[in-house]
Amino acid sequence: MSLVLRGVRPYGEEAVDLVVADGLIVEVAPAGTGDGRVLDADGLVALPGFVDLHTHLREPGREDAETVLSGSQAAALGGFTSVHAMANTDPVADTAGVVEQVWRLGQAAGLVDVRPVGAVTVGLGGERMAELGAMADCAAAVRVFSDDGKCVHDAVLMRRALEYVKAFDGVVAQHAQEPRLTEGAQMNEGALSGRLGLAGWPAVAEEAIIARDVLLAQHVGSRLQVGHVSTAGSVEVIRWAKGRGVDVTAEVTPHHLLLTEDLVASYDPVYKVNPPLRTAEDVAALRAALADGTIDAIATDHAPHPHEDKDCEWGAAAMGMLGLQTALGVAIETMVEPGLLSWRQLADRMSVTPARIGRVSTQGHDLVVGAVANITVIDPSARTVVEPTALASRSRNTPYAGRTLPGRVLHTLYAGTPTVLDGALA
Amino acid sequence: MRHLLSAADLSLDDALLVLDTATELATVTDRSVKKLPTLRGRTVVNLFFEDSTRTRISFEVAAKRLSADVINFAAKGSSVSKGESLKDTALTLEAMGADAVVVRHHASGAPHRLATAGWIGGSVVNAGDGTHEHPTQALLDAYTLRRHLRGGSGDLAGLRVAIVGDILHSRVARSNVLLLRTLGAEVTLVAPPTLMPFGVETWPCATGFDLDDALDGLDAVMMLRVQAERMHAAYFPSTAEYSRRYGIDARRLALMPEHAIVLHPGPMNRGMEISADVADSERAVMVEQVANGVSVRMAVLYLLLGGQKEGSP
Repeated sequence: MSLVLRGVRPYGEEAVDLVVADGLIVEVAPAGTGDGRVLDADGLVALPGFVDLHTHLREPGREDAETVLSGSQAAALGGFTSVHAMANTDPVADTAGVVEQVWRLGQAAGLVDVRPVGAVTVGLGGERMAELGAMADCAAAVRVFSDDGKCVHDAVLMRRALEYVKAFDGVVAQHAQEPRLTEGAQMNEGALSGRLGLAGWPAVAEEAIIARDVLLAQHVGSRLQVGHVSTAGSVEVIRWAKGRGVDVTAEVTPHHLLLTEDLVASYDPVYKVNPPLRTAEDVAALRAALADGTIDAIATDHAPHPHEDKDCEWGAAAMGMLGLQTALGVAIETMVEPGLLSWRQLADRMSVTPARIGRVSTQGHDLVVGAVANITVIDPSARTVVEPTALASRSRNTPYAGRTLPGRVLHTLYAGTPTVLDGALA
Repeated sequence: MRHLLSAADLSLDDALLVLDTATELATVTDRSVKKLPTLRGRTVVNLFFEDSTRTRISFEVAAKRLSADVINFAAKGSSVSKGESLKDTALTLEAMGADAVVVRHHASGAPHRLATAGWIGGSVVNAGDGTHEHPTQALLDAYTLRRHLRGGSGDLAGLRVAIVGDILHSRVARSNVLLLRTLGAEVTLVAPPTLMPFGVETWPCATGFDLDDALDGLDAVMMLRVQAERMHAAYFPSTAEYSRRYGIDARRLALMPEHAIVLHPGPMNRGMEISADVADSERAVMVEQVANGVSVRMAVLYLLLGGQKEGSP
């Protein structure tokens, strides 16, 4: 039976009826004429389902923080139809066995396309390459490899990994953090870290690794994905590299588009994240870079942590923030409402391009006849107050508690099946 | 004022009130019965997550001289699991009815967190947090400076003070820069560039890399302890070179005016940042700093817990 999104506006443009059947968009009909079970979407905005390149689902190992199921629920409610599950689980996703397990858990949850990310090195140890080929060839068909949380800092190992993944069209997603420059680092290094007496995480520690990696990627002719870009200097390096023709792509997190380091003065660990919150100048540069395409994608770096790992002193707290259910609101507030991105461009940054980077062929399709029906339907005029206990995640560490964010995901269709209807899990 | 978390919490009037109160309370120490009934029935908890014999004892003596009940709670490193310790300990103390918690913690901001997370209702006094602040040390230093150089009253307007050594990791330096500035003193920080905090140019003080240059015309110099772990972390090439460039010895003492004094928060590394002859000279006031610490901490506890600010103790 077909499903009709009645009166919906693809990319915020002219209202139509999107007719979905057998997992595909089968008709784009004049508004009010589509035939089938009607989902009223009058005046709402339809975008292709979002694809997150950077999600921590915590399973296996930290099911107290998140599971593949709870993370999938949060993702669907946030308008996502695919997430890339980072490899820093316990055990680490550095073998075909673990990535297949995560992939199967994702299939069982059935709410989003869970794409496991494989570790670049065994145990994220940064010393020996993991069996990347086995992970690529297994049922999980891994294409994105990352030691996220740790930097592949050994230049030779990084070079080899960049080269090796070419055999199966993979990509290395680097967590750019020079380890020696950031030992014990707690927050952005600047005048504020000096005053607060918190060990600094200097911008150069990110920028130096990105500079090295874009040169390596060019030298060996590989593509490179840069995770969670956080500084204005990193933007300049990436812009320079793209200008030279380096096959580099980059992502920015919602929180780095909105929040700044002065929140750290509260010593509230909900603002502790890696890379750290930066300055207003960095935020402005990141927004501009996302707008002009220097940064290719928004990725959440959704990082659930149990309450006790945040309800403590700053130094003892874990790094990371929830992001899946607030990503769209932050993106609208920082990019769409100020006029930096159109809806179509937002779809590019949150769906089309991340799907291309991750080589997820069934995701990131334009809303046209024949496309897989991964569709997010948004009420752009809604305003939502973020309530941590109302989030689907098992964790509560959102930095937006009590903040009003624009926009609301009303419906999410994953391969033609509603996963979210009227803002609740279907 | 409910808490003392940072020297920045103190306005000029607040700081003078603490110093003046300390001056009055100091007379108690000279009596044969060294005790006032002011805080009878109140409970002060010394919550120390880091070893600090002298600061803990100083607070303990201060509280006891005001007749408070004192509980010493040493929650040392490995015996408490990370994170949970601070909150659970705070809840325990709250259940026991602590009126004030004096906290020393290795994490910057821990006292701030204790005061603002809603775990406890009592006053929080920062007795040193990580590399952030140590406001009562700054108060006792100001008290000592005022006693020696300003006749024991008023502010420190125009006083010239250098703070020398590991500024980067020093909570003493951070609190002193803020408090001495509030009191009108001119502060110069002197350190090798590797031990200057990032952004120090935004602080309300001058900076310099050459100790000899800085000494000329000073009223006081405050030497900071160099922690052993810094000596092996490439902040400077060797202890000998550090000592030559940033240690105070008899030659450097002579570069300062006759009236200038030498302070050190202790414990000292004799032969490192301070030579033995300077440490033992009449111009070094370290022993007096310890005594003044008790008076100043009495004043802080009195003002936080005693209720009314006006009136004599």
